[in-house]
Parts: sequence; C-alpha cells; structure tokens
Amino acid sequence: MRARALLEGFRRMARPTSALAPAPAWTAVSYLALGIWSFVVLFPLFWLLVTSFKLPIDVADGPFYLPGVDFTPSLHAWRYIFVDLRNDTLRPYFNTVVVALVSSVLAVTLGSMAGYALVRIDYRPRIGTIVLFIVCVAIAIVAVVGFGVAWQVALAAGGALYVFLVLSVGRRFRRSLRNDDIAFWMISQRILPPVVVVIPMYVLFQQLGLLDTQGALIVTYLAVNLPIVVWLMRDFFHSLPIELEEMAMIDGASRYRIFFSIVLPLAKPGLAATFLLVLILTWNEYLLALFLSTANAQTLPLLIAAQNATRGPQWWYMSVLIVIMIIPVIAMAVALDRYMTRGLLVGAIKE
Amino acid sequence: MPAVLVVLFISVFPLIVSLYLSLSRFRFVKGGFTLEFVGLLNYKKLLFGSQQFHFLGTFGDVSAPAWLALGIVAAILAALLLRYIRGGGFSLLGLVGRGLVACVSLLGTLLVVKTLAAGGHPGTLVVTLFYVFIGVFVQYFIGLGLAVLCVQDLPGRRFFRVVFFIPIMITPVGIAYTFRMLTDTAKGPFSPLWQFFGWAETSWVTDPWGARIAVMIGDAWQWIPFMFIVLLAALESQPRERVEAAMVDGADRWQIFRAITWPAIMPVSITLILLRTIEAFKIVDLPNVLTSGGPGIASESLTLHSFMAWRALDLGGSAAVAYLLLFVVVFVCLTFVNLVRAGRAGTS
Repeated sequence: MRARALLEGFRRMARPTSALAPAPAWTAVSYLALGIWSFVVLFPLFWLLVTSFKLPIDVADGPFYLPGVDFTPSLHAWRYIFVDLRNDTLRPYFNTVVVALVSSVLAVTLGSMAGYALVRIDYRPRIGTIVLFIVCVAIAIVAVVGFGVAWQVALAAGGALYVFLVLSVGRRFRRSLRNDDIAFWMISQRILPPVVVVIPMYVLFQQLGLLDTQGALIVTYLAVNLPIVVWLMRDFFHSLPIELEEMAMIDGASRYRIFFSIVLPLAKPGLAATFLLVLILTWNEYLLALFLSTANAQTLPLLIAAQNATRGPQWWYMSVLIVIMIIPVIAMAVALDRYMTRGLLVGAIKE
Repeated sequence: MPAVLVVLFISVFPLIVSLYLSLSRFRFVKGGFTLEFVGLLNYKKLLFGSQQFHFLGTFGDVSAPAWLALGIVAAILAALLLRYIRGGGFSLLGLVGRGLVACVSLLGTLLVVKTLAAGGHPGTLVVTLFYVFIGVFVQYFIGLGLAVLCVQDLPGRRFFRVVFFIPIMITPVGIAYTFRMLTDTAKGPFSPLWQFFGWAETSWVTDPWGARIAVMIGDAWQWIPFMFIVLLAALESQPRERVEAAMVDGADRWQIFRAITWPAIMPVSITLILLRTIEAFKIVDLPNVLTSGGPGIASESLTLHSFMAWRALDLGGSAAVAYLLLFVVVFVCLTFVNLVRAGRAGTS
C-alpha cells in the first residue's frame, strides 16, 4: 500500500490530474495557505544560499537579507571549500556518492529479489532452526568477548556447531514461520534504534580492520535499508499481474530469467521510487557514519558537522556544503521522475 | 536468500553484543579494554540510582490540578478496561495485554506529571516521548492539511508539490544548523521581529521549553513532506464518483471530508503514523547540533543520551539506554498496532 502511495505521490507531482473545481473564495484561502507554507519551506533554503555568499562580518553584524542590496556578496566561502580545502571537500563528496550509490543499488537489487521471493515463493523455515542459529551466534560472541577466543576460531566453531545441531536435532522441529511472519520480522528491524546497532558494529568492524572504510559503511547502510526495500517492493510485486509470469513459465523460462526480463521492467516505477527514498536516507545519514568513519571514509554530513570548529560554527562554509549537498539529490529526483511516470503502463497491462 | 542472511546477521549479532555490553562495565586498561560482568547494575543505575535524573528526570512536588489530571487519566483507563470486560467476548490474553497497556500508560502519565511539576525536570525518556507524540501529531495534521489543499485543481499546484517535497532531501545535520541560524534571536533573519516584541535578549536555546520547541519545529519542517507526499497520493486515489455524488446531494466540504475522504485515507494514515513514530524515536541529529541536548539535559533525546554515554566511554550505560529505548519503541508500536486491529474489529 505504502509503496504504491509513495509512487503515486511522486507521479502526481509530474502529472497533475483534474479534480473538482473549487469556489473562488476557497481558492483564495487555499493560495494563501499554500503561499505561507511555500515561504516556510523556501525561506530556510534562501537563507542558506544567502549565507553562503556572506563574509563572516556580514553574519556577525546582524541580519542582512539581499546580496548586493544590504551587503556585498563574496565568493570567499566557495573559494575556501573548493580551492583551499579541495581534497578535503572532494574526498568526502566522493565517499558520499560512492557509499550512497553502491549501497542503494545493492539494497534495491537484493531487496527486490527478496521481496519478489516473499510474494511468489512459499517459505517455511522452522522456528527451531532459527533459534538454533541465534544460540550459536550468541555462543560464538560470548566466546570471543568473554573468553578471548580468536574470532576466526569462534566463527568456525559456531558454524560447525550450527550445522551439527541442525543435522542432528533440527529434524524434530515442526512449527514453522510463514512468509508474512518473515516480512513482519523484516520491517521490525527498522524499530531497532541505530544506537543499539552501532556499538557492536563498531567493535565488529574494528576486529575485522574495516573501520573507516567505504566498505564498512556500504555494508551497514545495506543492512539498515534492506527492510524498507523488501517491504516496499513486496507491496509493489503484489500488484503485478501473475499471468505474464505464468505464460513465461510455460514457455520454459527459469525463475531468474522471469525475474530479470519480465518482473523487473514492469516494476521499474516502484524500483525508481524505492531507490530514491533509500538514496535520500543513505545520502543524509549521520549517526552511523559518525561512529564508523573518521578521516578516509568521512561523508558529507560529517564534514558539515565538522564546520562547527573551536571558533564557533563557520556558517558560511556550512551553507556552501549544504547547498552543494542538496543539488545532486534534487537532480536525481528529477532524473528518476521520468521512469516513475512511465510506470503508468503497469496499470494498462493489468486491465 | 542473501538479503535474509545479511539482515539476520546484522540484526542478530549487534542485538546480542549490545545485550552483553549493557550487562557489563567497560574499562580501558593498558593495551586494550576489559569487560566486567555486572548484571543489571547499568539498568538499576538508570532507573533508580545515580543516573535516574538523566533517564527518568527529577521529581517535583505535584500540585493539586496535576493530581486531578492524573486521577482523570486513571479513571478513563479504568473505564476503558471495564468496558472491555463488560463487553463480553474477551480473551485472557487480550485482558492481560490491555491491563499491561493501562498500567504502563498510567505509570507514564505519573512520570510526566511528576517531572513536569514545579521543581522537577523531565529526563530523556519524557523528552523523547514528548518529541514523538506531539511531533508526529503536528506533522500528520499539517501534512494532511497541505495534501488536502494540493489535491484541488488549482493552477500552479505542480510547483507547490515540488517545493513542498524539498526539505526531506536535506541532511538532518544541515537542517539542524540552518535552524540554529534561524532561531538566533540577535543575528538571525527574524531578529527585527524579536526586537519588535522585545524578546531580543532571550534565546530559544537557553530556555528548556524554547529548546524543545526549536527541536520539534526543525523535525516537523523536515518530515512534513513525507506525510504530505504519501497522504497526497492517498487522497488522489480516493473514489471520485462518491465525492461527486455527495456534491450533487448538497453535502458541504466538511461533511464530504468526514464521511468519504477520512475513511478512505485511514489505512494509509495508520501505516504512515506507525512508520513516523518508529523513526521519530530515533531523533538525534537535531537536538545534538541545535542545542547539544541543553540547557542541561532539557532537550536531550534517548538516542542522544546513549550517544553521549558512548562518548564518555560508558559503553555499558550507553547500551543499557539503547536497550531501554528499544523496549519503549516496541511497546508503543505493539500497542498501536493492536489498538488499531481491535478498533478495526470493533467497527467492521
């Protein structure tokens, strides 16, 4: 439901449809309210843009509003960010782009496969096997943290124990989960506050020597965002016609073939909307990045926060950074909009 | 399925490690660190011991009207519970669940009343609940209002839709700094306004309620677009024929909204509120940057509390706060889901 609603929203932005014509007085009131809210939304953005052209003295001496009218615009902040800092700006920028793109693409790929599988294939994992798995992980962790066993040994031992237990007592378990349970469990992962996750993740990547690498961030974001993708795409695949797939199945296409050449093209609008949402979330993420990266893998939100130096917040630099940070996201939204509108075809096929 | 494996590993592993951390004391020693198992000490400290002021808050003297409010809440809860029992068709599980919810709600109200009373200071738990409930409420209704306006056939509405969507794309840290500029009563853009009212000397951020409200405004500014876009879609897909038929029958705008639109967008609204509630509990960037949780701990959220404990290298305490937060979120979400389910069963 939500996937489609979200998508609808994106689509409606591009293609207004007619509604009932309102009365003139009501129209005026509507415009007034819309205008006020536009001001509420746009004013902070305007202020950011203006501040990015201000000298420190212009900020310190009280409010000035229009560049060229009550203060002289200066490019000093832009020069500082792009010329003086150069690599210190470009590296985080590059990091953010790589981390956000790679983890979003991976999340959408894996997540849509999982979502599709949850819709079309019936899974019945036994509860007992899952409990065994968790117990084995717990034993391995306690062995590492509590008794100082090397993690490689603990991982191997835990894995071996799990395989052994599943093969020996695993057959006795009868109760099993259904697809809906799996899906609900997936979304319940979003309930986990990131602070619960982040300290263990920190220790984990520290042990693996992956702290402050792009890989660590990519894996973490992938895990954090997968539930959203699975949940949204599952809703979306539900609405696809099953007849096409059945026909392809009769023609002898494999499951993977069906998925990649029939289902995914049909689901393009859903993919685009989900991708955009996940991209926005990763692009802007702060807390996890703060824990998991210091210098090499630093991302832009951290760089913005870092402008709050000992001399107090450097508003002008921050404003430049925030402005250059929004532009690619808006561009991406506009670029993806095309695919989202094309998705109207889906409805046509379903008729 | 690779996705399930990734999520399983990433979710199970930290949960267990966090649990272990929250039960132990973390100390740096030469060349590494030690973990000492201390049982429930970290939790005890937060709930009853030296950290109680931080987590729950300081208790003040409750005045008579506050006691009255508390009594009214208790009476309402008792009445609801009684009605459920009298209504028949109740199960033991349902009764226990409802009883539990009623007790916890009562305890929560007691906590809020006691910490907000004169001489008391709300702790991070109360502040977070405040952010979540009032914040989501405000965001939902403003988002709904904007969606209702934008669904009309007005020229230029595409422009409004695009503009209204922008705030969600900005990183929360950026928004926090932007709002710090905007809320500056001396140098910010609204300072002439403050001076006009004679408030130029006061700062939002040094007043406990001012700081909390500033955080909430920033949060609302960022998340109203999310509410707006989903509600807009829900409104657009409502059955148009019924609205037109009602128009022909002479129903006014408000009646149409109550009778047709509201039920139509109910399911989406429920999902939306649930999702936002989950996310709102995680608020951290805004209070961290905007107020650093201050003055004192007045605007500190639970996530920020945990983060600060982590920064002070109190890993056990940090994990304990995170776990308590997890319990609160799960409790609130389960209650909400079950209430909705019960409500649906009751009406249909």
